[in-house]
Formats: sequence, structure tokens, C-alpha cells
Amino acid sequence: MTGKVMTAEDVVGSLESGMTVGIGGWGSRRKPMALVRALCRSPLTDLTVVSYGGPDVGLLCAAGKVRRLVTAFVTLDSVPLEPHFRRARQDGAVELTEYDEGMLMFGLFAAAHRLPFLPTPAGLGSDVLRVNPELRTVRSPYEDAAELVAVPALPLDAALIHLHRADARGNAQYLGPDPYMDDLFAKAAARTYVSCERLVETGDLLKEGPVQSLLVSRAHVTGVVEAPGGAHFTDCAPDQGRDEAFQREYARAAADPAAWAAFAERFLSGDEAAYQAAVRAWREEER
Amino acid sequence: MSGRGDVIGATRAEVCAAACADLFRGNGEIVAAAVAGFVPMLGSRLARATFEPDLLTTDGGPALSAAPVPLGAAAAEVEGWLPFRDHLLLVLNGRRHVVMGPSQIDPYGNTNISCIGPWERPSRQLLGVRGAPGNTRLNTTSYWVPKHSTRVFTERVDMVSGVGYDRGAFEIRAVVTNLAVLDFAGPDRRMRLRSVHPGVSVEDVTAATGFPLVIGEVAVTREPSGEELRLMRDVLDPGGLRDREVPA
Repeated sequence: MTGKVMTAEDVVGSLESGMTVGIGGWGSRRKPMALVRALCRSPLTDLTVVSYGGPDVGLLCAAGKVRRLVTAFVTLDSVPLEPHFRRARQDGAVELTEYDEGMLMFGLFAAAHRLPFLPTPAGLGSDVLRVNPELRTVRSPYEDAAELVAVPALPLDAALIHLHRADARGNAQYLGPDPYMDDLFAKAAARTYVSCERLVETGDLLKEGPVQSLLVSRAHVTGVVEAPGGAHFTDCAPDQGRDEAFQREYARAAADPAAWAAFAERFLSGDEAAYQAAVRAWREEER
Repeated sequence: MSGRGDVIGATRAEVCAAACADLFRGNGEIVAAAVAGFVPMLGSRLARATFEPDLLTTDGGPALSAAPVPLGAAAAEVEGWLPFRDHLLLVLNGRRHVVMGPSQIDPYGNTNISCIGPWERPSRQLLGVRGAPGNTRLNTTSYWVPKHSTRVFTERVDMVSGVGYDRGAFEIRAVVTNLAVLDFAGPDRRMRLRSVHPGVSVEDVTAATGFPLVIGEVAVTREPSGEELRLMRDVLDPGGLRDREVPA
């Protein structure tokens, strides 16, 4: 067996400033937060982040890691707007490539399948074309002669995704109700790093879920990190739902610089184990 | 006394929910994606529970429920699976009617959910365009505005997220607000006041709208039937989430 098990620090250590990094999950759902937190602790900077954005984008913006964001939205789902992302935009601190969410999927799909672009009507007529003047349209070569947006491939230097189970070879399995776009991120990336709730033996994967839950193949995975609670505070059902109380605490703190400094000091000044311990202590206090 | 099952006069939220149900009249076997809030979600399930039994509705997650479920409940029986990827592909497929919530909407139905102020450096960053460009270009779209105001109804929108009739919209069926129902049956497909909710005057609506509306014969929005009220109060929203979105 080719062992691909590594630590979050190993993952971040293999990345370079200026890279384009895709982040799986969707909004505040199954985000690779342990890897994102490790990114925030690293000296990396100047990243282009591609994400169906949630608190991953917020934390990276707050840590000053993002030069450009490629997204269709940033939300915490149960809290509609992401405070750090809002501030970063309102301060002019990040560049933005803003796509329709179907366009973003096609950009990833094209990159995953070595296509230069994929055509779609989504985006036509909207200001997405105004704010992304590099976008081109194509005309159908058939009788309909329809005009379509040519969504350029969105190749990623690296992708970070969090799944429920994985083996040491890099096969990864989702057990929740939605795969999101994690397999597309994996295939669109030169290197994909998977964090998982639990590492299992290859032979045990099908004891956890049906064969179609094997979402990501080792052919597309460079490294695997065991990170229980590694999606916290985002949703990782069925292992754990979204920590709504903690997310509210996060959103409250993120909306105010002084409160954020205290939040970051308490929860984000140490490593992942320190983070998880600080969250446990906070939960005890809140009882 | 508002004892369960006793039919008392409809609240404003219930009038709005019935108006949202009416959006789906004639839609048949398509997915109702009422993502804009509790009231349109309730409306879509009410339509399915009454005059549009073939409609497909979700439980708010990726499950297509076998029957309309109460707001906030998970589907007890599931008839289909619609994860985000398939939802985005369904936009292209077209068997879908979406209800979105605009932060700004103009006379032709262009809408903004992205940001307020110049896009390059907004004064207020909002959600992002999300699926609005594709939704409006490719699917029947309606809008739900829980607080009708001149901040929402603006002559121009700052970032065209959803396209209006002057920019190639597929079909914008109607805009339901806490005050009225509006459509695009005016000249050049400009926004027209179709009906005011019971107790609301035409002047209330025009004063809360930041551009001139096309006003001809203005009806009064229908009241929900006794059966619709019973379904909303006892079955689909016993917790009264609709009243949180539209206070009585």
C-alpha cells in the first residue's frame, strides 16, 4: 500500500505562496476547516482561492492570505452573510472573480476533463460579464447559432477537501446527503489533499457506506490527513451537524475587530489540537 | 381565540403564502425551488397540497419529499435526490421554477443580490450573484420581497445578478411582497401592480416603490380559502414561521 498519510502542517508545507487553491464543501457545509486553519497559521500568502464560499473564505480573508477569490457567493447558510468576506470586499482587500454558481461548476468541470472551456447560457445578460471582461462568448456551430458564455477552465494548483472516511491510499468516501463538488475539485487540481473524520482500512470502506459513496479516487489524491472534527464548525452530517452556537459566536466576533482579536487569540493562536480543546472549553462554559 | 382548525381571518403572512402558492399554478411536474424564505417555501408546499399535486418540493435539503412536509421538518418519505450539483444541472434542464429574494429589483425585473454600491469596491457586500444569472436566463423565476420598500424597488440595480426582461429573462412570473403582487404585463414588460393585499392601498405600494409602476385595474389579492388556512396552520406551518417573516 502506498501510504499518503500526512499532517495538516505537511499539506500546508507543500504549498507555495501565489498558488491557486480550490476548497471543497459548500457554504458552511463540510469545509476542510482543519486544513484551512493550518493555512491561516502558515506564512503562505497571495493565494487565489476557488470556493463555493463559507467560513473558509472568511478565515483566509481575515488572515490576509487571499489575493483573489473566485466564487459565486460567500455565506454561512444559517447566517446569510460572511462578515470577514464583507469587510475584505468593502475595504478593497481582495480581488474577486464573481461567477454564477453553474459557471463555477463548469469551470471546474472543464479543468477536471482537460477542456479549455465549457459553453453555457448562464451569465448572459447579467453583470457577471461586465465585471469579468476577460470572459468570451462562443456561437454554436450548429443551426441554432446560439450565443453562449465560454467558461474558461479553472485549473487548480491544489485542492483541499474534507470527507467522512478515507483510506491511507487516498480513496475517500462521503456519508452525508450531498457530495457537493468535492470530486470535481479533486480532478481539477494538480494535487489534492483530503482530510477525513476517520482513516479506515481499505477493506472497511464498504462497511461504512455503499460503493457509490466512494466519491474520490486515490488516482486524484496526493495526501490524506486524519482530522476528526476537521470540518468544525461547518456541517459534517452524519458525523456531526453544524455547530450553530459556535458559528453564531464566530459571526458575532467576526463583525467587530476587537471581538475578533479576542476570538482569534482564544481559538486560533495554537494548533488544531489547541483549537479543538478551546472549543470544548467554550462549550463547557456555555452550558 | 385562534383555536387550531378554527378558521379566522387570514393574516398578512397567509395572504402572502397563498399568493406564492398561486405562482406555481399550472406548473405541473417540475421542481419548485422556493429558496427565498419561509413564505414562498410554504406557498410551494401549499400549492402541492392543493391545486398542483404533481409539483416536486424539497425538505429544504437535497431530499425531494414524497409529500409536502411542514416547514423545518425533514422528509419522512423521500422520492428523489437533488444535491447541489444536480440542482445546478436542473437549471440547464429547465424543469424548475425558482423563487428568489432580491436585495434590489428594477422596473424590468433585473435583480441584485451581490453588492450595494460600485462592484469594484462595494459599500455593502451581500451574498454574491449565486445562481441568479442562470436561474433567470433559463428558468421561470419569481421573487419574494418580505419588506416592500424604496430600498428594494429601485430605478437601477447596482449589480445585475438576475436578468430582467430587457436583458433576456426566460420568464419572470411575478413579484410577491408583503404589500402586493406585481407582474411584468406593462408596456415594454415594465412592472405592473397586479393586486394589493387586503387592507393595503395602491398609494401604500407606490410610496414604497422607487420608480413609477404601471397601474391599470388593480385587484385585491385573494384571501386563502378555509382549507388553505387549515393546511397552513395545522399541517404545513404549525410553528408559525410565516408570521416571523411577515409580522401581522
